[in-house]
Amino acid sequence: MTEPTASAPPGLAVEHLSFGYGAELVLRDVTFSVEKRRFCALLGPNGAGKTSLFALLTRLAMPRAGRIGIDGLDLAGAPRAALSRMGIVFQQSTLDLDLSVRSNLSYYAALRGLYGRDAARRIDAALDRLGLRDRAGVKARELNGGHRRRTEIARALMHGPQLLLLDEPTVGLDPESRAEITRHVHALCETEGITVFWATHLVDEVAPGDDLVILHQGRVLARGVAAEVAGDRPLEAVFLDMTARSA
Amino acid sequence: MRAYLVALVAIVARELLRFVAQRGRFLSALVRPLIWLLVFAAGFRSALGLSIIPPYATYIPYEVYIVPGLCGMIQLFNGMQSSLSLVYDREMGSMRLLLTSPLPRWWLLFSKLLAGAVVSILQVYAFLGVAALFGIDLPLWGYLSALPVLLLTGLMLGALGLALSSGIRQLENFAGVMNFVIFPAFFLSSALYPLWKMQESSQLLYRLCTLNPFTHAVEAIRFALYGQANLAALGWTIAALAVFVALALLGYTPMRQPSRGLSRRR
Repeated sequence: MTEPTASAPPGLAVEHLSFGYGAELVLRDVTFSVEKRRFCALLGPNGAGKTSLFALLTRLAMPRAGRIGIDGLDLAGAPRAALSRMGIVFQQSTLDLDLSVRSNLSYYAALRGLYGRDAARRIDAALDRLGLRDRAGVKARELNGGHRRRTEIARALMHGPQLLLLDEPTVGLDPESRAEITRHVHALCETEGITVFWATHLVDEVAPGDDLVILHQGRVLARGVAAEVAGDRPLEAVFLDMTARSA
Repeated sequence: MRAYLVALVAIVARELLRFVAQRGRFLSALVRPLIWLLVFAAGFRSALGLSIIPPYATYIPYEVYIVPGLCGMIQLFNGMQSSLSLVYDREMGSMRLLLTSPLPRWWLLFSKLLAGAVVSILQVYAFLGVAALFGIDLPLWGYLSALPVLLLTGLMLGALGLALSSGIRQLENFAGVMNFVIFPAFFLSSALYPLWKMQESSQLLYRLCTLNPFTHAVEAIRFALYGQANLAALGWTIAALAVFVALALLGYTPMRQPSRGLSRRR
């Protein structure tokens, strides 16, 4: 985690972001940035403002103050170009359970402006990635929780985004699938060279080498490489201390 | 430009696929108006004397009178149901998926509206088909001339639902929508009785009926089913469509100081 430099814009830059409902402020002066090709975890207890931050990053809501940069593009100034560089996995599943895996993928492709042979190729590639090429016709309902998440991640990557946003993607999964998804996305970050921004309230999903932003009650309490934030103590203890102290 | 059309077709196709997959929804959409037609109308026909009013050229039995109103009811229910599923989170995830597409929001919302209208039109024709089996048929060309009007009314009632879904959180369940939207819209209209009947009972209620966009939707459908254009009703329906679309667009534009919104629903 470094401050933005003039040469290469960060994959994600958040500057002095504030947001609230009525008089209640949910995010206060949130600032951080994620360098390209880095995995950054947004760690915060429930109610820290993680989902609100995601709503701002995906332009489902607008900040009261502050600015969001996606790969050097201003989200408020060029929302459509910025959105087209993002892949998003929401906390709540957005698969159509009654439709087949292939229909889910092709619907997404169309929403992202992909069509024809190009879309077909990307859909097949996503199915291969999932190992579901032979079972593309099964309804999404028939997949287990881990596989549904994998499908959503593969879908979010179909249009070749530079930035992958995931809002607590392991919620509701068993420990094994949770570890598997966490490993999978870490690997994606390395092999595909995409920037990953991963929200969670679970410390064990953060690897020592990841960038880390700790959010609590709408404020950034710490940012930096996870191992450095933790120092010589376990990250869990540091996180609990921080959130308890400022509560 | 092609990307716009591809997205539109995909959104409509998805709605159709979902509609086919959810057989229960189709069945209840069909049974509801049939109960009105075959039971309510049968009991009611002797109680209500109808005079000859346009577009009818002759005396008509009561069950023929209420067919256009029931077509409107199907579309009203469809519009409210799709909006409720949005308010109720069942569909909120898919709405997020839609709104984070890089295409312009107005186009995405229009596609969503069109998709809902297409589904409601299928329901209407299924209903008209069953009604015809029971001997309640219309002039043949009426089935065709009603199509563009059903598209318009379907869009208008869908836009009403979309506007409600974006602006109102208080409609927490379907009972609330039934009480505060569907029943008033349905009963304060010309769906079940001609408005001159209402005028004999209460001038105030009559005024309310004439202001109700649903009345104009029903009248537009009624005339279209007999191959005629009721320009006043069509004009009112188009005006209502414009207002509801504007409200829906406003509601789904991200705001700096939301009182509620997509961001808050989890």
